[in-house]
Amino acid sequence: MKASARAALQAASRWRALEFAFWLVPVAAYFLFPRHYLLLNEMAIFALFALSLDLILGYAGIISLGHAAFFGFGAYAAALFAKHIHPDPLLGLAATAAGAALFGLVSSVLILRGTDLTRLMVTLGIALITYEVAAKMAWLTGGTDGLQGVVVGPLLGRFDFDMSGRTAYLYSLATLFVLFLIARRVVHSPFGMGLKAIRDNRLRAAAIGIPVNRRLAAVNTLAATMAGMAGALLSQSTSFASLDVLAFHRSAEALLVLVIGGTGWLYGGPIGAVVFTLLHDRLAALTPQYWQFWVGAILAGLVLIGRERMRLIVRPWRWFKAKKVGE
Amino acid sequence: MADARQDTMHSKAPLLEVSGLVAGYGGASILNGVSFRLEAGQSLALLGRNGAGKSTLIASILGLTERHAGRVLLAGVDVTNLRPDQRATHAVGAVGWVPQERNIFKSLTVEENLTAIARTGARPGPWTVARVFQLFPQLEGRRGNLGSQLSGGEQQLLAIGRALMLNPALLLLDEPLEGLAPLIAAQVLDVVRKLIKDEGLSAIVVEQHARKVLEITDQAIILERGSIVHAASSIDLLHRPEELDAHLGVGGR
Repeated sequence: MKASARAALQAASRWRALEFAFWLVPVAAYFLFPRHYLLLNEMAIFALFALSLDLILGYAGIISLGHAAFFGFGAYAAALFAKHIHPDPLLGLAATAAGAALFGLVSSVLILRGTDLTRLMVTLGIALITYEVAAKMAWLTGGTDGLQGVVVGPLLGRFDFDMSGRTAYLYSLATLFVLFLIARRVVHSPFGMGLKAIRDNRLRAAAIGIPVNRRLAAVNTLAATMAGMAGALLSQSTSFASLDVLAFHRSAEALLVLVIGGTGWLYGGPIGAVVFTLLHDRLAALTPQYWQFWVGAILAGLVLIGRERMRLIVRPWRWFKAKKVGE
Repeated sequence: MADARQDTMHSKAPLLEVSGLVAGYGGASILNGVSFRLEAGQSLALLGRNGAGKSTLIASILGLTERHAGRVLLAGVDVTNLRPDQRATHAVGAVGWVPQERNIFKSLTVEENLTAIARTGARPGPWTVARVFQLFPQLEGRRGNLGSQLSGGEQQLLAIGRALMLNPALLLLDEPLEGLAPLIAAQVLDVVRKLIKDEGLSAIVVEQHARKVLEITDQAIILERGSIVHAASSIDLLHRPEELDAHLGVGGR
């Protein structure tokens, strides 16, 4: 690669102060909220799941309604691995990653062709099929009862997955961070630049020598791997896997999270996951029956307000300078 | 296939050979059997009225259209069955394409537009980001700007720069002056002239401004309804406005 191109890419991938600050928050949360590790764990897992969707949606422009297929696959794979093969969580995570990667690679064939609308249908179809397969193979998955009797061994042979969720949170957070670093590295590489070029214009990307199909298959495989690992974190930390991990709402919620946090900058998934999980948790505590109504209302409100005005709201010192927004 | 093997054995194979090309879109043929050769170091003006098939021919050389018959050879190697990205980075004759309407990547920065191909196995060669900026100084100051924030002229320069980053043996320029203010158009034309004359780059230039492009190219082809109706040296055609007038109706231009 040319030296100047490399320098440019390195400049773009340099860590900014705000990013360091961002990653201090979950560490601080560990010390500040010792009674909420389960919720924090949920956030970290959801953040990883949304991050994996951002890779294909925000960078490659593949819109998916079936990302839960990979998440659920990973959840079942890790649970089955712990139950039948070996209880070690890290071994299980590695095996799940390999399996999810293979699943992602195979499913790539289906998303390479077609436009946004056909991809929506195809990804939705993959998720529905995966759900039905898991439901019908009750001898393996436990069907609608869920997979029970999963015993996950202690992390690194020392730290048990306790009731407080402490081990689980640190485990999920560490996994999220490592995979985030990988994703960050990938999107700032020429490979990531090529993905954005494909998102902008497939034909032009091919015309400047980017092997479009190979790149899309690679990023889909990577995203599937990460989503599968997120699923593994969930079933390992709860010692349970049920059909819920494959449900449609999971795919849809990941998209919602990216709507909240924004696509194509990697932090959208983590930020959106925190906001969404907090919303869910608070609203469910207030109105156990109608929390979904309020989540919907708040999301509709967010869209109505719009990004520009939102920026104004969080920067009151600019209220008088930028009156024009409302006009 | 036997022909293809023979051609590779000839050391003096032309840089580009198109033979009997029938191609188009969605089952319809726009090109009806086009054949021509371009020697290395030569440049070609591709002329014709709107709808004559100029852009289709350019796109077909890169493999972006539906081919019904015919072959495309780069430096004697049959690339007819290769994908566009393989042709763009081909070891014996990478093809750089500057598409119509300056289709740069609008959500990438100037610099990213140039580096997007840095890992695609582009051939080693003289073109680097630094050298592109040297050729187009006004792009260097805007390296951090998004493609969508550039003016039309700057976008055109960036599109040319992006194609050069492939270190192409053959540059395809599809109406590079279209929709540009006269001063900017003159600058773009001057850049194309430099690339052809000073850098010795082989190029095919599609252009409505026949005279301007004839002045900087070696040969010319006129397309009409998907067939070549006239082939001559550019100088000859330049001195025979009646020929231009007959085929293009633009003799005075």
